[in-house]
Amino acid sequence: MSTLTRPPRVATDSPVRRTSARRTGKRGAYKGVLFTLPFLIGFLATYVAPIAYAFSESLHEKKSSGIGFGPTKVVYTGFSNFAAIFADGTFWTGMLRTLLFGAAQIVVMLGISLLLALLLDGVAARAVRFFRAALLVPYVIPAVVSTLMWLFLYSPTASPILDVADRAGAHFDFFGGLNTYLSLGNVLTWQGIGFNMILISASLQALPRELYEAARLDGAREWRIAWSVKVPNITGILVLTGMFSLIGRLQLFAEPLFLRYVAPESINTDFTPMMEIFDRAFKAGDYQYAAAESLVLAVVTGLLAFVFYRVTNRKMS
Amino acid sequence: MSSVTKAAAAPGGGARPTRRAVALTTSLLVVFLLYSLAPTWFLLVASTKNQTDLYSTFGLWFSSNHLADNFQAVWSYHDGVFGRWIWNSVLYSTVGAAGSTLISLAAGYGLAKFAFRGRGALFAVIVGASLLPSTLLAFPLYLVFAKIGLTNTVWAVLIPYFINPFGVYLGKVYADSSVPNELMEAARIDGAGEARIFVSVALRLMSTGGITIFMLDFINIWNNFFLPLFMLNGERTFPVTLGLFSWVQQAQASRDMNTLVLSGSLLSIIPLAVFMFALQRYWRSGILMGSLK
Repeated sequence: MSTLTRPPRVATDSPVRRTSARRTGKRGAYKGVLFTLPFLIGFLATYVAPIAYAFSESLHEKKSSGIGFGPTKVVYTGFSNFAAIFADGTFWTGMLRTLLFGAAQIVVMLGISLLLALLLDGVAARAVRFFRAALLVPYVIPAVVSTLMWLFLYSPTASPILDVADRAGAHFDFFGGLNTYLSLGNVLTWQGIGFNMILISASLQALPRELYEAARLDGAREWRIAWSVKVPNITGILVLTGMFSLIGRLQLFAEPLFLRYVAPESINTDFTPMMEIFDRAFKAGDYQYAAAESLVLAVVTGLLAFVFYRVTNRKMS
Repeated sequence: MSSVTKAAAAPGGGARPTRRAVALTTSLLVVFLLYSLAPTWFLLVASTKNQTDLYSTFGLWFSSNHLADNFQAVWSYHDGVFGRWIWNSVLYSTVGAAGSTLISLAAGYGLAKFAFRGRGALFAVIVGASLLPSTLLAFPLYLVFAKIGLTNTVWAVLIPYFINPFGVYLGKVYADSSVPNELMEAARIDGAGEARIFVSVALRLMSTGGITIFMLDFINIWNNFFLPLFMLNGERTFPVTLGLFSWVQQAQASRDMNTLVLSGSLLSIIPLAVFMFALQRYWRSGILMGSLK
């Protein structure tokens, strides 16, 4: 009897599944795959294949046959490139430099963006539109062009800033030691504050007004409301934005590459991991080592993204 | 949406503050306004100067006007290579963004509306991939494309531009929210095929989302420097970002190039600014979508 009751249970089960399958259609299911097919093929070609190929390249090394003369040939060397990278001080210094510098720069940038968003939250609507448009100008300018503008503003021969400083009898250099980081950070901050201000503004506007109307009625000052009510309520988006900016910063490349043209002594070719990879591949011609470096950087970035994903997901739920 | 909240924000915000607070707020805003505009002002002024004035006169104010000469020089340099760069940028951005938008919408639609096996896993991979910056893959991509002889062709940049996991993610979000299942069902009963339903029902309903994806892609591609730097060798295939960089490199050897670099930079801003101005209605919301990344 019990063996007879079991099949009906399965039978009542399956029609439900069948109707849900019919809703999207059984033939529909494979058509769904067809819709994603162009992307899938492209994804295999531009994500999976390059990583696989770079990995196989990274297991090889270029060795010259003979005693340093003669044609070079590529031979399989296992994980020796990776072993070399793990012992490669300049690569990790570049990584650490980029991370620390990026973290500091992002804190400053988001701080300014937050300040601007809070200020805009407190002025009349017509003024908001004007300031917002003007502060967004840097966002409209391609990063390459804005870096070029700062390149000239920093250059010892053309800079109007140095011109004014000279006349005032002050002498300083935009590069060397800490100044290199300040100058580079300034370019990145200039590029980013308007955009981040808009993000923060949007989340400020999404806050329910009751949240701070009460405090206002109690006679709290605006800056006090901003600091104790508004800011704590948007830390989520600040943390999220900061994290993603940091993932992006780890790939820092174009800005230091350009600034190198006015400050070759202060910004080396291995200043950031990406610059090192570029230099290794196209100046030194060592594709295999550069491939290994790319993969190591990808893994570090992936780990960073994963940790952030975990942290933010926990925070959200 | 934003205009409604903005209107609501006005009376509450402007009601109480003291005159001193307003003065402080305004002056701080003005400081950052000047900071944001000054470099662009410098570029504008510098573009009007000739080589000698560039180094001998104050950088933030005009001297004699050579803007037309400079533009003339930019356009005519190397048989009009600059015009070619602008054209390449327009081509890469338009074709790249259009292709990526279509592929993303189709894939997003497929993921949202059809329960095929492995859908969940595929979506997880897409979300994961969209978290990674595209620059990470530039060198591995170069290796593959060099192997199959695609480097230094337009395909070396276009094919990677076509594939944008974040666009697919957005496409799925838009398909979920704007294409009702009932409508697809009704179209099926009327005998329309799946391709027909996608083209004449779903695509139309997802058009706002499509414009947003297109615009984000367009801006990203226009600004991209990294991928073309790896992939492209011949001057005539450069987008304008890479072209300007090649001029900066040449300027190391001869300072005459600097006026070209400056005026060229100014000219290169214009197309993107026009594009963003034309689509500003979309990019407000687009920025916010993009930020969810």
